[in-house]
Amino acid sequence: MTAAPVDIELARSFGLKDDEYETVLNIMGRTPSLTELGIFSVMWSEHCSYKSSRLHLKTLPTKAPWVIHGPGENAGVIDIGEGLAAVFKMESHNHPSFIEPYQGAATGVGGILRDVFTMGARPIANLNALRFGDPSHKDTKRVVDGVVRGIGGYGNCMGVPTVGGEVNFHSSYNCNPLVNAMTVGLARQDRIFLSAAAGVGNPVVYVGSKTGRDGIHGATMSSAEFDSESSSKRPTVQVGDPFTEKLLLEACLELMATDAVISIQDMGAAGLTSSAVEMASKGGVGIDLDLDHVPQREANMQAYEMMLSESQERMLMVLRPDRTEAARKIFEKWELDFAIVGKLTDSGRITVRHNGKVEADIPLGPLADEAPIYDRPTMKYERQPALVPPADPCGVEKGLLRLLSSANGASRAWIWNQYDSGVGGQTVQRPGGADAAIVRVEGTDRGLAMTTDCTPRYGQADPYIGGAQAVLEVWRNLTATGAKPLAMTDNLNFASPENPRIMTQFVEAVKGIGDAGRALDFPVVSGNVSLYNETRGDDGSVTAIQPAPVIGGVGVLEDVQKAVGLAMPQDGELLLVGETKGELGQSMWLKEILGREEGAPPAVDFAAERQNGDFVREQIQKGAVEACHDVADGGLIVALAEMAMAGNVGCSLEKGPDALPEHVFWFAEDQARYVLATKQADAVVKAAQAAGVPVRRLGRAGGNALKLGDMAVPVQHLRKQHASFFPRFMGKQEDDAPVVHLDELP
Amino acid sequence: MKTGIVVFPGTNRERDMAQAFRVVSGKTPQMLWHQQDNVDGLDLIVLPGGFSFGDYLRSGAMAAHSPIMKAVRQFAEKGGYILGVCNGFQILTESQLLPGALLRNAGQRFLSQDCHLKVEGRDSIFTSGWKHGDVFRAPMAHGDGNYTAAPDVLDRLEGEGRVAFRYCTAEGHVKDSDEHVNMNGSARSIAGVLSENRRVCGLMPHPENLTEEILGGTDGLPLFTGIMEALG
Repeated sequence: MTAAPVDIELARSFGLKDDEYETVLNIMGRTPSLTELGIFSVMWSEHCSYKSSRLHLKTLPTKAPWVIHGPGENAGVIDIGEGLAAVFKMESHNHPSFIEPYQGAATGVGGILRDVFTMGARPIANLNALRFGDPSHKDTKRVVDGVVRGIGGYGNCMGVPTVGGEVNFHSSYNCNPLVNAMTVGLARQDRIFLSAAAGVGNPVVYVGSKTGRDGIHGATMSSAEFDSESSSKRPTVQVGDPFTEKLLLEACLELMATDAVISIQDMGAAGLTSSAVEMASKGGVGIDLDLDHVPQREANMQAYEMMLSESQERMLMVLRPDRTEAARKIFEKWELDFAIVGKLTDSGRITVRHNGKVEADIPLGPLADEAPIYDRPTMKYERQPALVPPADPCGVEKGLLRLLSSANGASRAWIWNQYDSGVGGQTVQRPGGADAAIVRVEGTDRGLAMTTDCTPRYGQADPYIGGAQAVLEVWRNLTATGAKPLAMTDNLNFASPENPRIMTQFVEAVKGIGDAGRALDFPVVSGNVSLYNETRGDDGSVTAIQPAPVIGGVGVLEDVQKAVGLAMPQDGELLLVGETKGELGQSMWLKEILGREEGAPPAVDFAAERQNGDFVREQIQKGAVEACHDVADGGLIVALAEMAMAGNVGCSLEKGPDALPEHVFWFAEDQARYVLATKQADAVVKAAQAAGVPVRRLGRAGGNALKLGDMAVPVQHLRKQHASFFPRFMGKQEDDAPVVHLDELP
Repeated sequence: MKTGIVVFPGTNRERDMAQAFRVVSGKTPQMLWHQQDNVDGLDLIVLPGGFSFGDYLRSGAMAAHSPIMKAVRQFAEKGGYILGVCNGFQILTESQLLPGALLRNAGQRFLSQDCHLKVEGRDSIFTSGWKHGDVFRAPMAHGDGNYTAAPDVLDRLEGEGRVAFRYCTAEGHVKDSDEHVNMNGSARSIAGVLSENRRVCGLMPHPENLTEEILGGTDGLPLFTGIMEALG
């Protein structure tokens, strides 16, 4: 490449603001070199520096007696008993997944896997949270297809089961889908590896794939909004190689079983730059890199390109000098590159040499300490007034079938049937079997429950509730399996923080997450922020995504045998735990049946949530519960239908309470509710009453139809409707499951 | 019985396989690295699932040329018992230890869901844990599971009782052209085959993932109990 002059113009094109460039000049005391400017621009990008979000993230609860490492490391680490730790985090790969869906999603999975095994953990499960545009938008099918193939392609090859996830469609994601990937790993508590470098003179070692020109400035791209030029940024999307990552995983774990590793950091966003800077800064040391030794895939790469490349499947490590050769042998066995590319110094600087010339020499202190931080303006958020419940145009049966065959209510089996959910041989609950996935902890009787969730339409109407409700639903999903929820990871997807309305969404959502987490002793141990998720149209108009503060949660079951799923049993009584006031605002029913996205979302009540959840968990642990499902999108009738479809068993329901119109009772999305199937209904009801927990008898499990009054829908018919959307949408017609069209409604 | 499980770069179901043998025998098989060229002293060699060498050339094609496969071929010639599951089956066909080939699934997508299998093979330790005609459930997890072979080869496999397993409905009906039953589009619904001496068996689905109630069922156990009973 030709050397462009380093000036304010170039700095702007690298994404630096004018005053940020001013600070760079002050720190350096001279005009920076191209490589130096590149390093500053990626380290100070929103993606790497969290400059708009940091002030607010600090308010989140991050501590609990079982938290071993909270935010700040590659992933969060929690104590799950027996000397073992769960290591987990979620991360987004949104922008690349629109430009190049397969590679965008695949490398998203690859990146989060590395974050987890960097810490010494073997990944035991992958999950995801996906948001796609309206199914009728021209790009949606292409994006769904590529993203699903990409997630499967990477995870399946790695041999890490993809056990859970969630998917929604909304027009605000038409040109800005969300791909959030979560990995959960398992490690011994006494063998956790961190990134802080130590030991002046110790070798800095590069392992994994060679460095190419892919992904240069990826971190900067993901810190800017989208426009019609974005697809020309395809070269900034990285290309994944899951086979190499599998080798890297096995080689790293083999090396970590020795005492060779002092510190280790994967090369993710901003590649060699951010890994080297982070390791040295955290360790309070300097670092010298000689790029001549970096394994290179392409000829004549410049220092700037090597420092900013986001080539995948690479790690940087500091090793004990006397173990370096033993380490080299392990990587040779796995046929991976292994190169000593530098050493730690006491200079407090990062110095980069290439072809005998110093290409960058930056003091690490100011690079970190003088990184920009913004307290961006917010405003009063205009919340939607409570909804006046509209009349029911179609009846419960039609409404139910319509919801089950809608994009957002349909079975996701088409997706998860492309993900290997059983590899590893520990999967207890596969997708669709329970409210949370359950994976046994190898060699123990324990199980980990894990899930992801978020309801963006709630957050759009009330960002505080959006943040809090995501936490509550995750906590509830873990609870519904019988697990004790331990901690969460958050992935905060928002539009431009420079817009006060969006910044308000962010601040309120973080408040909601924090309050919910504190109320439930459910701390945030890791996370990721993805901003600028918006699209600028050719006419200059901006489409912001519905805010998506996605939460991933992990819980533990001391005895995995006690876990319950959601499948309707052949027999038993059905109970509703929790109160139904009739919240139809922002409900799925309102959107799908009346085409309205209106009203206040359901209220959150932390005390009720905790009380009801603790009660349900206790009943499951006692063995009183056959199946359990939380009530969420679509309300009670959808929850019951989902149980029936999962178990292939029907149920006979009694009429709702007189105080509420029938459709309000069955479709309302009031929070803190669970359906229990039990053979000990009297005892459970008595215990609930004693604990002050609202409980209501709904009917009985059994038969082969879902019956309510005059309505009797065969479970087979429900299943057919539920399974119809994806094959039809993705281009394969299911034989005889017609769409329930709105115009067929009376 | 001494069992060895071969690990190629990219193999990923070796732990699942070891666990299944452990459930049945209480003993953990030994892992064999693909670079070794000696398999002496083993009674059974297992080629487990995964993506050997990333399956970047053709599933199983690179692994078939690993140093250990020379030893595995000699082991087979001497009448050794070999089981290949999923990628292991692909490696066995690529090594010509079993006839036929495994093409991309008919639907062009990775398939990860349960299927039902009908036990048809005769006189083999790999089917002896079941009765002839039994139906069992097993998870599939593959992109290239569409079994194919020349018509005369298929005729011969059928004639000699060397079709070990066929995809079928839960009730045991084989439906070659029903994509919900024969999901990957395999010729004559073949899911697993046996060698001429019936000592080499390859199949696509994963019985090793259904060997404990807590993991969803024990449908896969008879594969392992049958082997155990025969080889001690």
